[in-house]
Amino acid sequence: MRRAEPLLALAAAAAMVVAALAAPWLKFVLTIALAKGMAALGIMLLLRAGQVSFGHALYVSFGAYTVAFLAPTLRDSLLLLPVAAAMATALGLVVGLFVSRYRQIFFGMLNLALSMVFFSLLEKLYHITHGTDGIRVALPTMLGQALERTSFEWAIFGVALALALLFGWFARAYLDAPMGQALAGIKTRETRLEFMGVPARHVLLSAYVLSALMAGCGGAIIAMTTRHVTPLLAYWTASGELVFIAILGGAGGVIGPFLGAVTYELVRVYAAAILAEAWQAILGTVLLLVILFAPGGLWGMLAALFRRRRAA
Amino acid sequence: MTALLEARGLRLAFGGVRAADGIDLDVMQGEFLAIIGPNGAGKTTFINMATGYLRPQAGSIAYEGRPITGLSPRAIVRRGIARSFQLPQLFTEHTVLENAALAVAAREGIWSPLAPLLRPRWREEAAALLGSFGLAALADIRADALNEGARKLADIAMAVALRPRLLLMDEPTSGVAAAEKMGIVETLVRVLREARVTAVFVEHDMEVVERFADRVAVWSQGRIAALGPPARVLADPAVQREVIGIEKAGAPPVPAAGEGGHA
Ligand SMILES: Nc1ncnc2c1ncn2[C@@H]1O[C@H](COP(=O)(O)OP(=O)(O)O)[C@@H](O)[C@H]1O
Ligand SMILES: [Mg+2]
Repeated sequence: MRRAEPLLALAAAAAMVVAALAAPWLKFVLTIALAKGMAALGIMLLLRAGQVSFGHALYVSFGAYTVAFLAPTLRDSLLLLPVAAAMATALGLVVGLFVSRYRQIFFGMLNLALSMVFFSLLEKLYHITHGTDGIRVALPTMLGQALERTSFEWAIFGVALALALLFGWFARAYLDAPMGQALAGIKTRETRLEFMGVPARHVLLSAYVLSALMAGCGGAIIAMTTRHVTPLLAYWTASGELVFIAILGGAGGVIGPFLGAVTYELVRVYAAAILAEAWQAILGTVLLLVILFAPGGLWGMLAALFRRRRAA
Repeated sequence: MTALLEARGLRLAFGGVRAADGIDLDVMQGEFLAIIGPNGAGKTTFINMATGYLRPQAGSIAYEGRPITGLSPRAIVRRGIARSFQLPQLFTEHTVLENAALAVAAREGIWSPLAPLLRPRWREEAAALLGSFGLAALADIRADALNEGARKLADIAMAVALRPRLLLMDEPTSGVAAAEKMGIVETLVRVLREARVTAVFVEHDMEVVERFADRVAVWSQGRIAALGPPARVLADPAVQREVIGIEKAGAPPVPAAGEGGHA
């Protein structure tokens, strides 16, 4: 299954392009799903260390607001994206230096607390952020070209897809490399790392910064796709959603978070259309079933199916 | 011979329990020093202080002539002191091979984000190391599936992989099946002698002590009750009575401290 990951990822990417061609509204849903998948991939890295961040909407919203603030001056999406990524990374470094000292519930709650501080700043500093009204994002250019709306949406979809593949590739190598393996060592025997001369805190910090980068890129893409940012992006439910996606998709492989994100967004859109208020109950039930019966998430289920077929 | 590790007047009490009550000890370059003594005597506490896990309340420790008292475990490892644990400290969700490779990586440089941990060179070194500990067949098993003896050996292998100049082992043979014990210790000693590693090991098996230790230190209630060559120390009736538990009726009491060699 692991060996098949690159091929599967490319096939999934192609399937998404086909789906977006077939049903134009899917393009929007899938772009958002890819953006959230990136953020969930960052959450998944931290899960490998046994740490759950309930505050990564901080980085998503930070990336998104960076785009909203700078769009009038920078204008081009391929300038806005790296700048938002750099800003989120820098914030991740500053916050990470602090939160990487903590583990378990303290780690989770500190992240939550910081994201809520940012949420209330976005809400309260009306003259800067326009409070709950949020900020509209003018249609950015792409490589200096002013595109009309549909073409721009295609371009951003393509950027999201490329970035998702890039992050997926990187995270896969990272998790196999000494840094990623030491990261998983934090979960089981952090003291041993210290007694091998490895600073566990820095191992966690590097994963944290990476996760902030991924979430920041996700936020930038969300801002350029929805073209409207509000403080809700930083609300704790948005952070919870990312954890939900990571667990739903499964932490066993880098495709998991994206699988989780696409499933989540599709269920949300369909169920919300059909069942209005009940969709959250459906998602809750799905999560419950996954946690109880498929702790490896959707990706774990797929991998198990795959193994069984090969064994048969 | 010069002293590699010099402990002076180490004291550490947990509440009313004096786990270290004035420990003076020189570990000489190249020697194998066994530590024996009853449970609760403070043997592990000494290793914990020497490796930075516990900070002594009084006293000092120097390594290669430089003070290391109060340094972090990480800083002390970097100076060349490694340890293994009474309760093996393995990465339980990793395979045995990955555990060993992680130790190799810790020595060679952990900060590579893209090249795999099990790159050929590290994989070979880790596999060879496991081989020398008789663990080759278990390389691909998850560490939490090992029996206690194998866990112990993997734990020591990881310390050895760091290529320390001083290795502190806390009960390396406890939990290892009696039939395998001598063979394993022989291999371990050979590996360490070849690499010129100085070793301190807490041991309960007097046969191992007699055969492999150059000197033995007897711990008793946070103090060193006797220190010297195994042949002499283990023959001491007081040591036999109090530590080894072999009661020799009528043996005269021998003053505890000030016995032998390098105290
Ligand atoms: N971290 C600790 N906290 C409290 N008491 C401790 C701690 N470590 C050791 N002790 C106590 O110190 C004494 C010496 O323990 P230890 O060094 O583990 O002995 P040994 O290894 O010789 O069996 C024991 O009474 C033990 O209960
Ligand atoms: Mg002990």
